[in-house]
Amino acid sequence: MSIELLGAMLLTVIGAATPLLCAALGEVVTERSGVLNLGVEGMMLAGAVSGFATVVASGSHLLGLLTAAAAGAALALVFAVLTLTLMANQVATGLALTIFGVGLSALAGAGFVGMPVAALPRLAVPGLSDLPGLGPLLFGQDMLVYLSLAMTVAVAYFLARSRAGLILRACGESDVAAHAIGYHVIRVRYVAVLFGGAMSGLGGAYLSLAATPMWIENMTAGRGWIALVLVAFGSWRAWRICAGAYLFGGMTILQLYVQGSGRLYVPSQIMSMLPYLATIALLTMIASGPWRSRFDAPACLGKPFSPPA
Amino acid sequence: MLCNMNRRRFLQATAATGLAALQGIVSAWAAEPLKIGFVYVGPIGDYGWTHGHDLGRKAVEAHFGNKVKTTYVESVAEGPDAERVMRQLAQQGHGLIFTTSFGYMEQTLRVARQFPKLKFEHATGYKTAANVSAYNARFYEGRAVVGHIAGKLTRTGKIGYVASVPIPEVVMGINATALAARKVRPDAEVRVVWVHTWFDPAREADAARALIDQGVDIMTQHTDSPAPLQVAESRGILGFGVASDMKTYAPRAQLSAILDLWGDYYIGRVQAVLDGTWKSQSIWYGFKDKMLAMAPYGEAVPEALRQEADAIVAGTINGSYHAFTGPIKNHKGEIVVQDGAHMSDEDLLKMNWYVEGVTA
Amino acid sequence: MIGWRIERRYEVSRALLYSTPVLAVALTLAAGIGLFGGLGIDAWAALYHCFIEPFETLSSIGEVLIKAAPLIMMAVGLGIGFRANVWNIGAEGQLTLGAVASGGVALLFWGHEGSFILPLMMLAGIAGGMLWAAIPAFLKARLDVNEILTSLMLTYVAGLLLGTLVYGPWKDPEGMNFPQSRMFSAWETVDPLLAGTRIHIGVPLALVVALAAALLIERTLIGFEIKVAGLAPSAARYAGFRRDRVVWLAFLLSGGLAGLAGMLEVAGPIGQLVPVITPGYGFTAIIVAFLGRLNPIGIIAAGVLLALSYVGGENAQIAVGLPRAATGMFQGLLLFFLLATDCLARYRIRWVGRVCDGDGT
Repeated sequence: MSIELLGAMLLTVIGAATPLLCAALGEVVTERSGVLNLGVEGMMLAGAVSGFATVVASGSHLLGLLTAAAAGAALALVFAVLTLTLMANQVATGLALTIFGVGLSALAGAGFVGMPVAALPRLAVPGLSDLPGLGPLLFGQDMLVYLSLAMTVAVAYFLARSRAGLILRACGESDVAAHAIGYHVIRVRYVAVLFGGAMSGLGGAYLSLAATPMWIENMTAGRGWIALVLVAFGSWRAWRICAGAYLFGGMTILQLYVQGSGRLYVPSQIMSMLPYLATIALLTMIASGPWRSRFDAPACLGKPFSPPA
Repeated sequence: MLCNMNRRRFLQATAATGLAALQGIVSAWAAEPLKIGFVYVGPIGDYGWTHGHDLGRKAVEAHFGNKVKTTYVESVAEGPDAERVMRQLAQQGHGLIFTTSFGYMEQTLRVARQFPKLKFEHATGYKTAANVSAYNARFYEGRAVVGHIAGKLTRTGKIGYVASVPIPEVVMGINATALAARKVRPDAEVRVVWVHTWFDPAREADAARALIDQGVDIMTQHTDSPAPLQVAESRGILGFGVASDMKTYAPRAQLSAILDLWGDYYIGRVQAVLDGTWKSQSIWYGFKDKMLAMAPYGEAVPEALRQEADAIVAGTINGSYHAFTGPIKNHKGEIVVQDGAHMSDEDLLKMNWYVEGVTA
Repeated sequence: MIGWRIERRYEVSRALLYSTPVLAVALTLAAGIGLFGGLGIDAWAALYHCFIEPFETLSSIGEVLIKAAPLIMMAVGLGIGFRANVWNIGAEGQLTLGAVASGGVALLFWGHEGSFILPLMMLAGIAGGMLWAAIPAFLKARLDVNEILTSLMLTYVAGLLLGTLVYGPWKDPEGMNFPQSRMFSAWETVDPLLAGTRIHIGVPLALVVALAAALLIERTLIGFEIKVAGLAPSAARYAGFRRDRVVWLAFLLSGGLAGLAGMLEVAGPIGQLVPVITPGYGFTAIIVAFLGRLNPIGIIAAGVLLALSYVGGENAQIAVGLPRAATGMFQGLLLFFLLATDCLARYRIRWVGRVCDGDGT
């Protein structure tokens, strides 16, 4: 495989990984605070349709991205009220949110089918962007790609090294203790859930504004579930999630490139299984290793919290 | 006084009842609109397969006005759900029901058995019954035109094909493209990437990128969204749309598109039901019966090539051109169809092998 | 803390437990009227077609029941697992494997006669589902690998496996190369029990399964272990209840039931193996399990309600042209309201005033 082909493939991998990464980063913050939000697919679609509609109406991509984040957060707010204030079961509420979000986005987007839109503009640094190989890869991406990578750094720092992150993690590992110390667990979780929704919305907007600039209902085609998987795959740590998003995206794309090479023939269905089997294998290897205890989910994940008297 | 009031009321009531009864009799004499049901496998907003059928439905409505009343159900999963929807449509008195996916075949037959007076039209299947017709379009005829244009315009000799699932209809399309392309450029290659779904725009786009990055310079597809063509546009190569005119997504790149035109066929069948002449049939129409058409050529197609393409269409219509004329070799190099012979419809409908020049 | 507080009730209010679903449905109807009205559709007609019409004919009731049966069967198994904090998210894959296994048996004996084939298919279906569930169970019990992830991943693998078989070796040789297996013979299909409907043995089986599960949970030792494992894991450990026994049981039970549901789908309404067997029953069953509050009897009601929303939604599409996306939203709203009002039964709202020192609040 030549360097150019590798470079081209990596470019495609970036496109496949970014929506997953955005959504997964949002979800990891949510889950680290102790809330399991399975409604990622619905929030992504909400972001996709609202971002698209905004760009069609206003022409501004920035406004589109902001709207997408807001839409994702709005759906997440519904989830938050149900699970944090009304103490509904988180798994069921998340699944309901997915169903609701799919339907809502389809209804809202019905008038936008068949409309083309300008793709998210790519960075063009004179000189740097044109370097062979690395140029477009490092300096020729659109703003969401850079944002997703920046957010990886930010979320990693936030969770591991910031005081606010410590509070968040405390709420996720031991909500009763956090409450006893004096932190407002419910409020922290609200913010975490809204953040998760906003990031999912951005992930969805990437699909409708960058990957395939169009709106068609259900265009996320299951990526929200993959994002959920990535959170656990990355054992709830931002850098590993980033690696996981690129690995997963990479395996999916690799399989397409191998088919397109016309040289290797492996039954494509078997090849399509590879990303999933690889995930299971990786998990098994990690679990039987010496670092097992550091890979657990937040202890209070999914449990509703009611401040004790 | 009371008596008078009552009598007047009574007379008024009787008159009203009589009038209502008369109205009822009159409307019973006037023909009830024919209820026509459409079972779609995807959403009408898919801009692809289901969108095409819905355009056909709208054509029926426009043509027949208030003589018909159409109903459609979107995104009906193949299997028990489909059977339930069909049965519900039947029970609601829909005299003609179109089921638009091959995966609805067994369910259509089962429901049809229960409702012998109603008529069913099943798309892209192969089984019929006394009240079940099968209809299909010769998409491969359009693919031959695509292949010819692609073969002439490709510089690298590699034609990309984003394909959904390996069923005979898709295989036929791939082969027809390859055969036509290789007639004008013997070293042309059709490279296929399977995405294993009819619909996932981002994945279709990634498949297109995988092909373009490896030397493909003409993009074709057998999937439902305009994503591959959109990628072609953004990468500066050319390509073809499928099922509907995708020019809005690829104003420069689209050389043409194979258009599914179900409207005329639907109108004809509805008319037959209204006239009482409907009979079960199994048809496979193409350019000749106007079930397919090519979209207007893009700017990149030079005039001479346009005429050649038109000639293929005309030849298909008058029978002088058949996309699968021998000699045809399979990808192992063996001769499968002799020189000058045509492949029979039956062999086409079962096709599960690739011709020379296809990398799938 | 001064202000309104939501706190858990000491005892679940029985009256509210049964009346909150009614409240939820009423709220959903109200929201639905607003939603449908906004779309320009006759709201009352839509609601009628959605909720009432399915009960008008026997065949229609049958449709709701045959859609509810696999959901109930799977939700019961899943519910037992969820109670023990064992998260089997892969019921969809286990259902697929059950279908594959029983389909394989059907194809093996195709052309043969005998009343042994169908029970054998059932066993194969259960075994197939159990086998697929055993993988995440093993990984969890032995290596503590997160079972949500493994069971979910295996769902995708199962779907691709079914695809490989149906596009390849198990394709109907007379099927014009379409990706489908042969139609199962009369010995290999479950026939409708009631003429005029499609109700098959799966429906009474689902009921039996639910009742058996209720008995299991309430009256057996292993049921007790399951409950304790979920409510107080440390107490369970202290009592000597082995966690991995519970994990295995939960997975094998839910996997076996999912596999059985898969077998019933392919031997019943579908009648052959095709690339896509269910429209996501495995995931819908998770919703049903929680709506039914993880209680087998509640699951029966939840399953019927959810099945009704699907069947009714299609009816409304046909009768008044309600767009499918709207039925999806409506379902989501129904679930939201059910979940929200559930809170009333388990929690109560109290006003907490100033806390006095010494004496109680």
